[in-house]
Amino acid sequence: MNEEIIHSRIWQEEAEPDNAFAASSCHCHGYDVYGELLGNASWIEYLFLLFRGEAPTRQQAKLLEGLAIALANPGPRDAAVHAAMCGGVGGSTSASCLTAALAVGAGASGGAREVYIAMEDWQSRGCNLEKWQTALKVKLVDDPADVWPVPEHPAGFDPYGVRCTTPVLQALTHLAGIGCGQSLIWLRDNRALLEAAAGLPLAMPGVAAAALHDLGYTPEQGEMLHLFLRLPGAAVHALEQKGYGYKKFPFFGVELENDPDPVSTSSTPIAADT
Amino acid sequence: MSGPELLEKQVGILRTSAGAFFPGERAVFRGCNLHTTLKDLEWFELYVFGITGRRFTPQQVKVLHALWTYTSYPDARLWNNRVAALAGSARSTGTLGISAALAVSEAKIYGWAAARRASEFLFRAKAKVDEGAKLEEVVRAELKQRRGIGGYGRPIVSGDERIAPLMVLVREQGLEKGLFLNLAFEIEQILITQGWRMRMNHAAISAALAADFGMSSQEYYFFGFPAFLAGVPPCFQEAAEKPEGLLFPLPCRMLLYEGVARRSWHGANIAN
Repeated sequence: MNEEIIHSRIWQEEAEPDNAFAASSCHCHGYDVYGELLGNASWIEYLFLLFRGEAPTRQQAKLLEGLAIALANPGPRDAAVHAAMCGGVGGSTSASCLTAALAVGAGASGGAREVYIAMEDWQSRGCNLEKWQTALKVKLVDDPADVWPVPEHPAGFDPYGVRCTTPVLQALTHLAGIGCGQSLIWLRDNRALLEAAAGLPLAMPGVAAAALHDLGYTPEQGEMLHLFLRLPGAAVHALEQKGYGYKKFPFFGVELENDPDPVSTSSTPIAADT
Repeated sequence: MSGPELLEKQVGILRTSAGAFFPGERAVFRGCNLHTTLKDLEWFELYVFGITGRRFTPQQVKVLHALWTYTSYPDARLWNNRVAALAGSARSTGTLGISAALAVSEAKIYGWAAARRASEFLFRAKAKVDEGAKLEEVVRAELKQRRGIGGYGRPIVSGDERIAPLMVLVREQGLEKGLFLNLAFEIEQILITQGWRMRMNHAAISAALAADFGMSSQEYYFFGFPAFLAGVPPCFQEAAEKPEGLLFPLPCRMLLYEGVARRSWHGANIAN
């Protein structure tokens, strides 16, 4: 029987002479991972290499590192981190906590899908203000054939924001200041006009999309990066809530709108073994 | 009301008609007491009631159930099943492996993204035919625009072994006259006779039956979600029963590198 193969443009291995199932060398996009990258490349440089296939320039590495810090922990109020904490507080497996964060953080409202859509916008609109202003006024349409729900706000903007928040401004200012690509600089300089067209303030996914576009990532790559760059915060907050325990974690009240027997409207924390 | 004001109104409270759990007292499921009003429902009936808020006839339930049964294949080579099996082989937990397999089943060339497209096309095609368009023109336009039709054709093989036994059951239950079901077969005939060589697959026939039973595309999507489930645990279990790491071991020679030639990091951009 012919042996089937896995094709890869990224990874090359040579087997140990005495074990076909153990690699003696691993090359990533042509670079010797354990023989040369280890000890010479930073984590961020290696991350860039994995996705782009080339080593980053100093500016690219600095931008990716800055973005990674900006995204690493959205904090416990973020829906994806909240989901991870729901895993942690109940004593769920670590992987399920991160799976929960990925599932929620994948969405088109503040998550990786929003970044994907915003990156598509960057691809089609570039730094053309008129294109952005025209497109931001167009009503978003549903595609019933898609598993993704229709976005309810323009990608990259905060649906409930009053004005651009300080962390978003700080991130934009810092990342644009690195001077890697044009999108971030243009976004910084035209933010107010874009916000006026959207009727909403810029949000972190909008900054992330511009940064990822400047780094040369495709929307698919940007979506993947956004998913896992936010996992560190989900992980530590899940572990933290596991330590605090369920009695210190909100369970919230309930208003049942179609209660067949409204004898109780209370909601008390459930027991740990329910 | 908008912005933070709108958010403020929702702080700390769940307003819902889906249901609620009152600890130590009762549970309400879509406006019904789960332990009294709904206590005699089969789990499957509860599942579709939860999705649609409606009840289905025994004949419809039988067919809907078969849509799941007939597509539960415990073959660990299948990509979604393989996820669970690899989890078993790698000594992960059953829940992680099985839930990841179901998540992976939301795929474009099979599974729930494909099923969603099939359902949406059937609804759109029927609407156009109802408006007076010829079905052949609708099919041709779809192929021209999207280079494929959701629910027709299949990766790896062209035929679908699930359709014949399913249609036997559908006829037994007297449900073969549905408008969407007939439309689905008419589309297949057009694709075959016009030389496109795409036969109907499980996504189209199940989407058609669900539509005939009154499910929207969205309801069908949620209904279908567990369809592969029964085939998944056996894949995990068998892999977990074997010695660790024995499922699909990959020797280095099976990796075919097609990328750039070897080079030195010291000459890379980062040094500039």
